[in-house]
Amino acid sequence: MVTDTDTARHVVVIGNGMTGARFAEEVARRDPRGERLRVSVVGEETEPAYNRVLLPGVLAGRYAPEDIRLPVPETGAVSVRTGAAAVRLDTGRRRVRLDDGTALDYDELVLATGARAAFPPIPGLSAPDGAPEAGVTALRDLADCRRLAALARPGGPVVVLGGGVLGLEAARALTERGMRVSVVESAPWIMRRQIDQAAAQILARHYTRLGVAVHSWRVAARWIPGTGLELDDGRLLAGDALVVTAGVRANTELAQAAGIEVDRGVLVDDTLTTSDPRVHAIGDCAQHPGGGGGLVQPGWEQAAVLADRLTGTRLEARYTGARPVTRLKAEGIELTAMGDPEADDTAETVTVADPHGGRYAKLSVRAERVVGAVLLGLPESASAIAQLYDGDTPVPGDRLALLMGRAQPEAPAGQPGPAPLVCRCNAVSRDDMEAAWLDGARTRDAMARATRATTGCGGCIRDVDTLLSGWNGREPIAAT
Amino acid sequence: MSRATHCPYCALQCAMFVEAAPGQAPAARPAPFPTNRGGLCRKGWTSAELLASPQRLTAPLLRTRRGDFTEVDWDTALDHVAQRLTALRERHGPDAVAVFGSGGLTNEKSYLLGKFARVALGTSQIDYNGRFCMSSAAAAGNRAFGLDRGLPFPLPDLAGAEVVLLAGANPAETMPPMMRHLAAPRLIVVDPRRTATAEQALKNGGMHLAPRPGTDLALALGLLHAVRAQGLVDTEYVAARTTGFEDAWRHAAAWWPEQTEQVTGVPAEHIRAAARALAAASGAYVLTGRGTEQHAKGTDTVSAWINLALALGLPGREGSGYGCITGQGNGQGGREHGQKADQLPGYRRIDDPAARAHVAGVWGVDPATLPGPGRSAFELLDALGGPGGPRALLVFGSNPVVSAPDAQRVRNRLAGLDLLVTADFVLSETAALGDVVLPVAQWAEEEGTMTNLEGRLLRRRALLAPPPGVRTDLEVISGLARRLGQPAERFPADPARVLAELGAASAGGAADYSGVSLERLEAGEEVFWPVPDAHATTPRLFLDSFAHPDGRARFAPVGHRPPAEAVDAEYPLLATTGRVMGHYQSGAQTRRIRELAGAQPEAFVEVHPDTGARSGLAEGALARVVSRRGAALARVRLTEHARPDTVFLPFHFAGEQAANNLTNPALDPTSRMPEFKVSAVRLEPAGPPDAPGAAAEPARAAPPHG
Repeated sequence: MVTDTDTARHVVVIGNGMTGARFAEEVARRDPRGERLRVSVVGEETEPAYNRVLLPGVLAGRYAPEDIRLPVPETGAVSVRTGAAAVRLDTGRRRVRLDDGTALDYDELVLATGARAAFPPIPGLSAPDGAPEAGVTALRDLADCRRLAALARPGGPVVVLGGGVLGLEAARALTERGMRVSVVESAPWIMRRQIDQAAAQILARHYTRLGVAVHSWRVAARWIPGTGLELDDGRLLAGDALVVTAGVRANTELAQAAGIEVDRGVLVDDTLTTSDPRVHAIGDCAQHPGGGGGLVQPGWEQAAVLADRLTGTRLEARYTGARPVTRLKAEGIELTAMGDPEADDTAETVTVADPHGGRYAKLSVRAERVVGAVLLGLPESASAIAQLYDGDTPVPGDRLALLMGRAQPEAPAGQPGPAPLVCRCNAVSRDDMEAAWLDGARTRDAMARATRATTGCGGCIRDVDTLLSGWNGREPIAAT
Repeated sequence: MSRATHCPYCALQCAMFVEAAPGQAPAARPAPFPTNRGGLCRKGWTSAELLASPQRLTAPLLRTRRGDFTEVDWDTALDHVAQRLTALRERHGPDAVAVFGSGGLTNEKSYLLGKFARVALGTSQIDYNGRFCMSSAAAAGNRAFGLDRGLPFPLPDLAGAEVVLLAGANPAETMPPMMRHLAAPRLIVVDPRRTATAEQALKNGGMHLAPRPGTDLALALGLLHAVRAQGLVDTEYVAARTTGFEDAWRHAAAWWPEQTEQVTGVPAEHIRAAARALAAASGAYVLTGRGTEQHAKGTDTVSAWINLALALGLPGREGSGYGCITGQGNGQGGREHGQKADQLPGYRRIDDPAARAHVAGVWGVDPATLPGPGRSAFELLDALGGPGGPRALLVFGSNPVVSAPDAQRVRNRLAGLDLLVTADFVLSETAALGDVVLPVAQWAEEEGTMTNLEGRLLRRRALLAPPPGVRTDLEVISGLARRLGQPAERFPADPARVLAELGAASAGGAADYSGVSLERLEAGEEVFWPVPDAHATTPRLFLDSFAHPDGRARFAPVGHRPPAEAVDAEYPLLATTGRVMGHYQSGAQTRRIRELAGAQPEAFVEVHPDTGARSGLAEGALARVVSRRGAALARVRLTEHARPDTVFLPFHFAGEQAANNLTNPALDPTSRMPEFKVSAVRLEPAGPPDAPGAAAEPARAAPPHG
């Protein structure tokens, strides 16, 4: 496709992950012919962009690695270079230098460098150069997936270090592959950031039932390759492999070296611009006052907002923070969490715990809005509450019914409804039919001729037959 | 005397007997037929009433200088129209005259109207209200299969299925006798509303998936994802009969069930379960309706449903498939024979030199004189009276001031015309705005053929003579053509002659009618197009190959995008529009039938009780529904199963009750379908405070006491 490179501004995107690739897609949708923007995406991994969120599914064998590739915009205005890392950023000359010796000049730069696994300072996890020791892997990319598949064998033991969302998804995926899995979490309970302790206990029972040993509030002491993970209480958890899912660290080095303001991530404002007006950051590498790191949805929202702004489609677009909903992707477990799982008593909180049934529901509401919810084993109410939370819309009056997935509104005050219809299609009530019967309609055909009942969708045929046989049965009485 | 014909309303075209004894009001009753199986809904039962209605027009109306209508004779009316058209063409060029047709017209009328526009008027500016119905499904069907026939299989095939997914279709309300074929299969109903069809699904062990309006595309992608992730793709079929799966999958890969749940509100587990049910069924169908098609991304949305059907290996096999449920009476035939801005008869493209040469040959004109493609329906209406836009509009069988989106804008555009002519049998809201109204015959007063939702040819019979002073549409077209200098034989008013010519013009095209004859229909043959010769009929398409040159169906690489407008603090709710059992389309006919108007005399808005309470609206209160484009008055109907973020209005009502005062004319880039199904709105009390049903004060949502 021919693009107008004379007037189109050049946007360089560093990072070909979920957020960077999505940004290119969002630009291509707004500017399909590349009249406004030309986009160059640079990705460090050698593979095409893929869906990192589905890595546990690859681990479980539900997806082949090529199944989780992301779409590449079908426009000549977007070019993608894989296997190239940005090594230096010169904001004065608006030039980024790559590790293959080439450089790209930009009008606007988008940092979508993501995050990497953070290894806790536990002996035996990583070599002095930072590389994982034998038997140890993170679960951030396809290379990690391949590494783990090579380390673990069906029926063999695997230890997951970190009982957050990724760790629990990995643990479930590994059990699907037939591994024996232990999960170690240093916090008092699993998914500490998203759910409360009562929910975590019921969730842990689900995992125990699946054959996963959950060790909460346990600190790892050291990894012994070929043996397993030793805990601080001296216990040894057998493991052919150790999967480290104990948090991430934003990739901020490129920005920091260029003098851009960085805290835990690259600092951005509501326009997703960094301290340098020509440099933007989105996704896991960015730090916005409204939060949103670690989940894909906020990154995708940021990609859309930035595409709106840089293409000029909607210059007033702003990212004002995320209302992320956490959804555990673990076969057979339906867990949804949002907002503050332990809202204080200025919120109205309804809690229902059913340890026997493996279900748990907690909903906290302030000023008619959801401020936090945890829903385990209640998929219908979970999706309804997530929509209320996402839209910041008012919560129905009957909170308990909402939690149980059948929001019963207040009954309208004493208005008698119209007589129920036997045949909806032709608006025939029981009274109409009885009148027709008294006039002599004794068979279904006669009833159809007299009232039209049964002639629409045909769904009432059985009801009509039942009524007719009842009336016909009492005919002697009616005839007197 | 009782004679068999077909119902004048929807595309199911139920067979019925019409009794027409001298001196008595004609009456209709159901007749046995494979499609309606002896069923008829209340619209069909009461359809004969309008034949003898005092509201019928029986003389041409001409607007006087004083601004009111006066009755004139036909010569006066047609001479006047022809003179004005000629003058406008001379002054502004042939595209100064536009034509707006209908999916309710017979095949013969559709054909002759298209020919009239291209030959007698020489205008490119013709389109029709079917653009608002079938265009997204048609575009997606053509893209996937190389051919668009609503159902590429006979309707009774559905009864043998185990599972039928209905996306944005509510046949239990809109075409009840169709449900006779859906009694046995488990239904998976995709609809933001708990419709009568959704109730039916839940009663029979099926599912109701209720996505937020405007997210059907995401849901279809999520279902495809769930099919693949659960190892349920029919890989042999995909390899042997399709192309493009991997590119389509790339987009679906971003819609894992939990992600789909966040955007659509449909629980991930339901998405997976629906995928399993479809894949496990020994016979399954995916059917789409307007709910999923009437969006600014309607074409891609239908493509996503077709992708799902293809991944499951459904289309092109007996006992399973994909189909779209056509809406208007001749919504199928009406989209095949040249009423569409970019089409010539036989579903040919007007920009294809071979198609132009063939059709020009049948018409006896130089291909170079045929105009090119014109504006699509809404773009045409929006251009009326504006710079470079048409100055005159001829409307046949349509009521766009009620049925087109952003109705107030359409009214304003019509007001800017130099000449508005309508052919109708009652004074519809559009006719009432016109300069000339031509009274035409109704369904039971003229001969013709219709093509129903299955692509089955049906015969419509003249059972009664039209009232004195009334002419058929064909006579009107013929009379105007003659006055515009066309030879009489080029525009025959005899439907049989038009059908023969249509056959020749469509010969060799995708929708080939050359083997259709009244004799075959009269003999009771089941004739499904394409009909390339006098013995041909094609009940099932694609069994051996699809209609693309390589014989394969094509997956379309489609991604989700949000609706054209979003909710905000000022317009916090989504409005979606649709139909009710007792009314048809703009209501011009059904609002004039006593029983139907009595049962549903005014517009209503379906509202969740909590949402109603927050807006200060109780059951039965009068609400003003306000969008960024206009407002509609409607009676509040509190509905427990409604989504709290969504309200629903039927679009059959006119004036200040018109739901289309609200709707967004954002258009699909491919089909040019407007976004009827998603508008951002707010609710306000409209009635006086002491009116029945008005809440004394805005009620706060609170748990029930006691």
